[in-house]
Amino acid sequence: MDTILQHGLTGISLGGAYALIAIGYTLVYGILRLINFAHGDIFMMAGYFMIFAFANFPWYIAIILVLIATVILGVAIEKAAYSPLRNAPRMSVMISAIGVSYLLQNLATYLFTALPMSYPEIPGLKKILIIGNLTASLVTFITPIVTIVLSAGLIILINNTKIGMSMRAVSRDYEAAQLMGIKLNTTISFTFAVGSLLAAIGSILYFTDRMMVFPFSGSLPGLKCFVAAVLGGIGSIPGAVIGGFILGIGETILIACGQSTFSDAFTFVLLIIILLFRPTGIFGEKVIDKV
Amino acid sequence: MLKIENLKVNYGGIEAVKGISFDIKQGEIVTLIGANGAGKSTTLRTISSLVKPASGSINFLGNDITGIPAHQIVKAGITLCPEGRHIFPDMTVLENIKIGAYLRNDNLDKDIEKVYDLFPILKERNWQLAGTLSGGEQQMLAVARGLMSNPKLMMLDEPSLGLAPLVVKDIFNVITEINKTGVTILLVEQNANMALKIADRAYVLETGRITMQGTGKELIENEKIIEAYLGKQAK
Ligand SMILES: Nc1ncnc2c1ncn2[C@@H]1O[C@H](COP(=O)(O)OP(=O)(O)OP(=O)(O)O)[C@@H](O)[C@H]1O
Ligand SMILES: [Mg+2]
Repeated sequence: MDTILQHGLTGISLGGAYALIAIGYTLVYGILRLINFAHGDIFMMAGYFMIFAFANFPWYIAIILVLIATVILGVAIEKAAYSPLRNAPRMSVMISAIGVSYLLQNLATYLFTALPMSYPEIPGLKKILIIGNLTASLVTFITPIVTIVLSAGLIILINNTKIGMSMRAVSRDYEAAQLMGIKLNTTISFTFAVGSLLAAIGSILYFTDRMMVFPFSGSLPGLKCFVAAVLGGIGSIPGAVIGGFILGIGETILIACGQSTFSDAFTFVLLIIILLFRPTGIFGEKVIDKV
Repeated sequence: MLKIENLKVNYGGIEAVKGISFDIKQGEIVTLIGANGAGKSTTLRTISSLVKPASGSINFLGNDITGIPAHQIVKAGITLCPEGRHIFPDMTVLENIKIGAYLRNDNLDKDIEKVYDLFPILKERNWQLAGTLSGGEQQMLAVARGLMSNPKLMMLDEPSLGLAPLVVKDIFNVITEINKTGVTILLVEQNANMALKIADRAYVLETGRITMQGTGKELIENEKIIEAYLGKQAK
């Protein structure tokens, strides 16, 4: 029983980090109908940012710098690689995203070499806590909490603020949104900023547990989180969160059962199943057009 | 108030609007009629800056507004109720009305009350998702939403499209009422008969060119217009 709880906790924690990244996919898809293949690599770059920020600044300033740098990177990618293609076919934007993904991986290899670099230990995060019969580091306990709080905050922002309203309007209808006086580019930049911010927070939680960053650190988690977003219903924030948790828990259970070689394949089996039986995912967009 | 000069608009290689000029004076209802594909929607979309013109100029209240960003057009006081309504289906009626006032920072309560007085049915549907409204209700919502930006000029693209005759009558009544409150109207219509009846002046657009103009009364009695656009319904 205790080992089940223990693995459950590990799974929920991993799932929380996945969820934060999956939200980025879902947000960008919602507004641009684009799968941002570079998102996993933005997450990887956030890992490197921390290594360098931490070496030069106290940890609390380093965290803030990482968040800011990642947001700037995400918004800059949108401005440079996607926004010039606003009226191009969607396939061109998709290809541009794949290009950016490779660019970031190669840039990281060039700048930091392909050898893994060790991720710094943020004071306190690795401290071992014992709650009842559960033993885990602080980061394992706080990851799911951080995830829930941030995603709830994001949902409130989207439903109750002016910028949230403009995000919903733009994701529904570019032209009608512009006719309301909404600035398209500002809204899209803001969406990328939010997605990148969550990826940066996710990277701190994820890499603190993994302790290593290398140029391809973002590929597999990126793919998994994309699957999580599809599983939850791409475009839906609660969907991305639940998808992230399902993947994290499923993967951990497989590892616990001694099937660690199969744990990555699990993600893709899940993807195939969902695409075959419920392509819109758990919370797939309901269509109520009547025009 | 609005002065269009020699406006040309292309889509790819196709010329949709081939150099038109017209003007609207403060307080008027002006209508633009013409067959399918004549370039009516394109003209309105260009004024709203959703489409950039190839050449020509658009002047509003003495300022050149050609090609400025779409949100600044709204700010300047021009609103467009687009063809096909384009309300936000997964927002509530109230949210749709509020988003019409996106650029305003003042208190909206009074104006929300005003549009609900104009369209009582919308008040009843306050919390309903806009996508579940009937076609007529959606059109009313589109007009209500447009009004919330406090426009000086309201452009309506085929507000009668797909609506039952009785509802069309309602919509046209509301348009004249809005006009009486001091909002200038530019109305695009297939329903030429109704449009000409309420219009002070009208322009006829044929394959991207203005071929005729006059007061609503003149055109409704014009032989060519009766033949081409009014058919039997004129009498
Ligand atoms: N986005 C577009 N891309 C290419 N061509 C377009 C586009 N929009 C309109 N056109 C073309 O421009 C011409 C004018 O179209 P427009 O929509 O302005 O006509 P309209 O007078 O509003 O017609 P309707 O009464 O059917 O609404 C048409 O030939 C149309 O095919
Ligand atoms: Mg049209």
